[in-house]
Amino acid sequence: MLSSFSKPKLSPPLWQLVVWMLLAVGSIFMMMPFAWTLSTSLKSPGQIFTYPIVWIPDPPVWENYRQVISIVPFGRFYANSLFVAICATTLEVVIASLAAFAFARMRFWGRDQLFMLYLATLMIPGQVTLIPSFLIIRAFGWYDTYQALIVPGAFSAFGTFLLRQHFRTIPIELDEAAQLDGASSIWIWWRIIMPLSTPGLVTFAIFSFLGQWNSFLWPLIVTSSMEMRTLPLGLSMFQSQYSVQWNLLMAGTVIAIAPLLLIFIIGQRWIIRGTASGIPATRL
Amino acid sequence: MIPSLAGLVVFTAFPVIFSLVISLFDWNMIAAPRFVGFDNYTSLFTRDRIFQEVSWNTLVFLVSIVPIQMTFSIMLALALNLRLPGTAVFRVIYYIPVITTIVAAALIFQFIFDRNYGILSAVIWNLIERWSIPITPPDWLNHPGWSKVAVVILTLWKNFGFSTIIFLAALQSIPQEMYEAAAIDGANVWQQFWKITLPMISSTTFFIFIILCIGAFQLFGESFILTRGGPGYATMTIVQYIYQSAFEFFRMGRASAVAWVLFAAIFVFTIIQWHVQRHWVYYETGER
Repeated sequence: MLSSFSKPKLSPPLWQLVVWMLLAVGSIFMMMPFAWTLSTSLKSPGQIFTYPIVWIPDPPVWENYRQVISIVPFGRFYANSLFVAICATTLEVVIASLAAFAFARMRFWGRDQLFMLYLATLMIPGQVTLIPSFLIIRAFGWYDTYQALIVPGAFSAFGTFLLRQHFRTIPIELDEAAQLDGASSIWIWWRIIMPLSTPGLVTFAIFSFLGQWNSFLWPLIVTSSMEMRTLPLGLSMFQSQYSVQWNLLMAGTVIAIAPLLLIFIIGQRWIIRGTASGIPATRL
Repeated sequence: MIPSLAGLVVFTAFPVIFSLVISLFDWNMIAAPRFVGFDNYTSLFTRDRIFQEVSWNTLVFLVSIVPIQMTFSIMLALALNLRLPGTAVFRVIYYIPVITTIVAAALIFQFIFDRNYGILSAVIWNLIERWSIPITPPDWLNHPGWSKVAVVILTLWKNFGFSTIIFLAALQSIPQEMYEAAAIDGANVWQQFWKITLPMISSTTFFIFIILCIGAFQLFGESFILTRGGPGYATMTIVQYIYQSAFEFFRMGRASAVAWVLFAAIFVFTIIQWHVQRHWVYYETGER
């Protein structure tokens, strides 16, 4: 706080007050949809359309949540989303970091050309590979399985690129010292490179997780049964079935958003810093 | 290394080639594929009115979303950069929509824009009654024009914080001494903005511009949930058209051709911008 006041102030305080008010009004507008969602999720059908708008329903109808959970297997959707996101994120981080390690530290024939190819794939929009990927999954007999949801998302050229840049900032002398002591490449990767790259890995993992958790188009295509649906899909299905029962729909929405908010509050620092460095450009 | 490479070959490299091959066939996944050459491509531009409409829609979304989002996020970033009290809280609030699942966000806005129960209609009706203005609130989601506006509003609300945070990081990296020197030379705040701030963040501006344009080309979830692409095809995007062609009508060849046209459009657009940027982007180190 103190340091911010030591900066030269170029604008009069009144002007700053106006800016602050605008910021506040803007953030109210940003939050209003959420507030209204929460409020509606606790209303009885009769309370939904009343004017002036009632923000705090009296009494709050907690029953809506119980009803939503009983008619839609949100528990299952949750478990699916969590399982898929955790598996895919873990795989993605491990696979990308191994490849990044190879690109950053190992010498092999055609390494730089291969790396250029990796970068080139970043330009290809997902829509181009969508249909063939679907056909491949079907040919593997993976349609409507967890493998279909997890495996294709586990290979990230972007992650490889990002982590390679990180790994290259680690002094190579550390590797050389370990090599003299007879350490294998895998040992160096796991005991030296990975621990020293924790901030980069955490940021990448959070964005990977958010991307997997919010993924919609791919699960929509490769799953068909209720048991395989992830949270966004389940919510979308719920919407088409209960299209006018806004209180129930909003309760479902709150259920779907809540864990994300939790993750965001916990990882807020990393997420905002990661965004500032341009990470989620390809993910969100 | 090997798993990564195998994965990229199976799920990226091979599909790219496979997709190109499929796009030359007429294939509904049941009957045997029939080779049609470039017919899938030529028919898009000559006969396919829906493709032309969804391309137009996507373009409309692009030219409305990108400039508005860029202008507002620069302004917001400048405001946040003043480091007024509560800035950390504001930053978090503006960022929350970015991490919200698109399905949930679109669902919330579907409710907001609802003709009968939506908060927007309620507020507008109230204003109308109070000042007896002779208009009726639009049926947002069932009107060809207003439904586009609704999609734009949702997209802006959701992505606004993302570009703001990147701009903010760029603003914070400008050396404070530059402003001090300019102030000594008598430059006012307005001149400082045009002569220091904008040039210093121009590489970020270019980056965000490209990212937003590519994002707009690939718009899908927003309109797919909010309006299902309707009314008619009024808000359908190119990506939703790919989805519909492939997984509702099982026209795999045509869908692949659309995907390639989209890729080509993004590619050409980005190349053009890459050449144009040399005239307005300032790189401190003199690279590129």
